[in-house]
Amino acid sequence: MEKFIKHTGSALPLRRSNVDTDQIIPAVYLKRITKNGFEDGLFAAWRNDPAFELNQSQYKAATVLVAGPDFGTGSSREHAVWALQNYGFKVILSSRFADIFRGNSQKMGLLTVLLPQDEIEKIWQVVESKPDTAIAVDLAARTVSYADATLNFVIDDYTRWRLMEGLDDIGLTFTKINEVTKFEEKRAVYKPKTLPIR
Amino acid sequence: MGKTLAEKIWSEHVVAAAAGEPDLLYIDLHLIHEVTSPQAFDGLRIAGRKVRRPDLTIATEDHNVPTLNIDKPIADPVSKLQVDTLRKNCAEFGVRLHSLGDVEQGIVHVVGPQLGITQPGMTIVCGDSHTSTHGAFGALAFGIGTSEVEHVLATQTLPLLRPKTMAINVEGSLKAGVTSKDIILAVIAKIGTGGGQGYILEYRGSAIRALSMEARMTICNMSIEAGARAGLIAPDQITFDYVQGKAHAPVGADWDSALTYWKTLTTDIDAKFDKEINLNADELAPFVTWGTNPGQGLPLTASVPNPADFSNAEDRGAAERALEYMDLKPGTPLKSIAVDTVFLGSCTNGRIEDLRSAAQVLKGKKIASSLRLLVVPGSARVRLQAEAEGLDKVFLDAGAEWRSAGCSMCLGMNPDQLKPGERAASTSNRNFEGRQGKGGRTHLVSPLVAAATALKGTLASPADL
Repeated sequence: MEKFIKHTGSALPLRRSNVDTDQIIPAVYLKRITKNGFEDGLFAAWRNDPAFELNQSQYKAATVLVAGPDFGTGSSREHAVWALQNYGFKVILSSRFADIFRGNSQKMGLLTVLLPQDEIEKIWQVVESKPDTAIAVDLAARTVSYADATLNFVIDDYTRWRLMEGLDDIGLTFTKINEVTKFEEKRAVYKPKTLPIR
Repeated sequence: MGKTLAEKIWSEHVVAAAAGEPDLLYIDLHLIHEVTSPQAFDGLRIAGRKVRRPDLTIATEDHNVPTLNIDKPIADPVSKLQVDTLRKNCAEFGVRLHSLGDVEQGIVHVVGPQLGITQPGMTIVCGDSHTSTHGAFGALAFGIGTSEVEHVLATQTLPLLRPKTMAINVEGSLKAGVTSKDIILAVIAKIGTGGGQGYILEYRGSAIRALSMEARMTICNMSIEAGARAGLIAPDQITFDYVQGKAHAPVGADWDSALTYWKTLTTDIDAKFDKEINLNADELAPFVTWGTNPGQGLPLTASVPNPADFSNAEDRGAAERALEYMDLKPGTPLKSIAVDTVFLGSCTNGRIEDLRSAAQVLKGKKIASSLRLLVVPGSARVRLQAEAEGLDKVFLDAGAEWRSAGCSMCLGMNPDQLKPGERAASTSNRNFEGRQGKGGRTHLVSPLVAAATALKGTLASPADL
């Protein structure tokens, strides 16, 4: 996973609530067996509409997605995160994220930043009037800055550290693997096993 | 202070904990399917890692498999490659797999309970958000992403921050024609699709205790539609009776030990939930969604709402968009909406009790000539059971299509899809835009409403026939 310390880029305003992962990447695109090439499927149904924000030239270079509340609800498909990253997004701002989507993003190094809805509204307005507005997201300082504004955001220390170091969770867990073995030795014998087949 | 059921199960599975870090949680069962696993197995291969506990792992083919001609090669080459990849990965890593044609093949959340490997007090994960289904047994069960699938394959653990807990108290008794599907649709309409974010839900109260295991699974299944990763119900005699005798249920002295433990799996009287929601079962009616998220639902007797009546700007905007997509006008009685397709199936309502209740409504009658009814059993075993009871005959005589097991039209990854503009009454769990096929429109309903709608041609409950 790439380290995330600070990112500055222009933004795409997505004025919709409840953007579910079926919209981010429809199921027909989930048949690939790799983690790349999903950018074609990003918001595939909505992209048929020329008025959709992703089709507007002023937002073509956007790397920060400013989304409505409850972003990423529904299916657990991590393909939604891959599609956003494959397309070029580095940060998502929203007032509420679905739990599984947020967890998946944090595993892949896509930063999800929680901001109050009234601040999201202000960012939408600024970006809509001036699409090349630079949004600077500083994970070390836990701030989002644009125009004259600087906003603080909250993220737990552990996740922040892991993202800033670009650490892989599996590698971290292997440092505790002896504790896993000890735990297994104490597990109740009546707990079910899938093998041998009964 | 006492502990809630979720807190008890969580505590018993903590392998390692440190201040300021997520808990490392042991996973008792890992369910796998073809769509969210290929990249995880690839990750293992690249890192030279093994599956730590193949004996706590099981795979099935469900999401993209056809429900017709399952004895022939899969026609869609991309679907075929994904299924072939699962078969290759399971063979290479020693994971048990139930393939198309196998009696235990079916939707992953139907297969676990029917094999008896879903038991109270377990931690269960799967790369599928409807893993919450298994919470009906008093297990802590939740959906994970592909990075987490790889993590569990490699270590049999997951690092997780402890969620808060919410009680959903449903007291009273359901009227005839009202089902557990209507309870959960009403819960989601009440708390919204984000209401459960950050929480584990516990469904409690006399109305919940009165439900069968399969009805409980329907409720827990849709916890994710309320935003909660997991939802559970304390196990009781109904749970124990359901598990006993299944292939992987404990036997002899093991059964006694397990039962003693399972009986401790209740929320302590002095435990405190972070939030509580109350619902009166006596007042519930058959429910149906009118919009494009599962929180946009109303009793079947209501009319399509007017977006202008929503006080909150987000809800108003969402309602406007939804009505445009659904091609519905405010004030239209829900019962006047005609559908093209009725889908009976999915991990929400594709079990034998669901098929029985729909068959009872359909018996000796014909579906409306204006629509098709697709009946897709949740597993091959459910299909066989239904055929043994003659339910297939009831469906076929009524004019329905009787299919093989899979996720099918719930998400339209296989050929079972709505065409653009088509409208469905569906017993599945998501009415998202395009969920059942590009441009398709979905109304979520119970199996009883699905069957009555198939007969009438417009959204209906059995009482309307």
